[in-house]
Amino acid sequence: MMRFIRPILRFIIPVIFLVLSAFLYKGLELNPREVPSPFIDKPAPMFSIAQLHESAKNFSPADMKGKVWLFNLWASWCVSCREEHPVLMALAQQNIVPIVGMDYKDKREDAEAWLSKGGNPYILNVFDVEGRTGIDYGVTGVPETFVIDKQGVIRYKQIGPVTPQALQEKILPLVAKLEQQP
Amino acid sequence: MKKILAIALLCLLPFTAWAGEAKELAEDPAVEKRMVALAENLRCLVCQNESLASSHAELAEDLRREVREQIRAHKTDQEITEYLVVRYGDFVLYQPPMKSYTVLLWFGPFALLLIGAGVLFYQLRQRRQTVPETELSADAQKRAAALLNDEEKQ
Repeated sequence: MMRFIRPILRFIIPVIFLVLSAFLYKGLELNPREVPSPFIDKPAPMFSIAQLHESAKNFSPADMKGKVWLFNLWASWCVSCREEHPVLMALAQQNIVPIVGMDYKDKREDAEAWLSKGGNPYILNVFDVEGRTGIDYGVTGVPETFVIDKQGVIRYKQIGPVTPQALQEKILPLVAKLEQQP
Repeated sequence: MKKILAIALLCLLPFTAWAGEAKELAEDPAVEKRMVALAENLRCLVCQNESLASSHAELAEDLRREVREQIRAHKTDQEITEYLVVRYGDFVLYQPPMKSYTVLLWFGPFALLLIGAGVLFYQLRQRRQTVPETELSADAQKRAAALLNDEEKQ
């Protein structure tokens, strides 16, 4: 019996070690901030809250039904949003996909000043002063961007700023694909 | 000069942090107690190694506010936890639920322990079998006896 077990053990132990090492090595490259979103392939949570510029008007994700759109959470106090802003400006000028912004836990005048200074890439903004709608979208920190399809289903979430690379490799190909779908 | 000012301001930081906590505690103590008990088992999404109860991140404060409001609305602990799991996934739970993809997480360590114990057991048995008692040859025995006797004389 031992004659058979020993070679098997000799083989199995290094294999277990290698598998563990491979997992740990892979773990080094993963970003712990990128918590898998439970919203992927789920309907975008509904809300109806006041807009930033026209505070008398509300906006609801239902208004975007039939369109592929980006939902970008930002704030004037957010540092990485500054990095992201030119990327969104360039995207808005190309007229590929509408961007709806949500100003998260901000002051109205700060947000308006920020947009008039750096440019406004959004078709409109909603104003989430208490951060409640943000929580409904599972915000962990701004900026975050959702790609929402024509049926109002979330298809992708970008945690952190939208980089030119993320735009070219993930977001734009996905938008193009979703445009083809009903 | 600027540096000194910055350090002085930083020294004030613990006080402001403490003040924030004290203010929260001043509210309904029963709600607060239940909220803390719940939040201790939930992960803060911003500083991921802190619980929702101890984190000072703004999001954690907002989430504590949500939890408090739901406690006041007479939601059960399970409903409140579910509310957070829907938004933030199982990641918020410090104790992950038993699911098909967490089986390895739950039982992996025990499996490794069993494998280790098995290996140890076989190794020990093997050793007993492969190390036979060697007998001394007649010459060696004589030498040993002579050496031992020598020592006794001294």
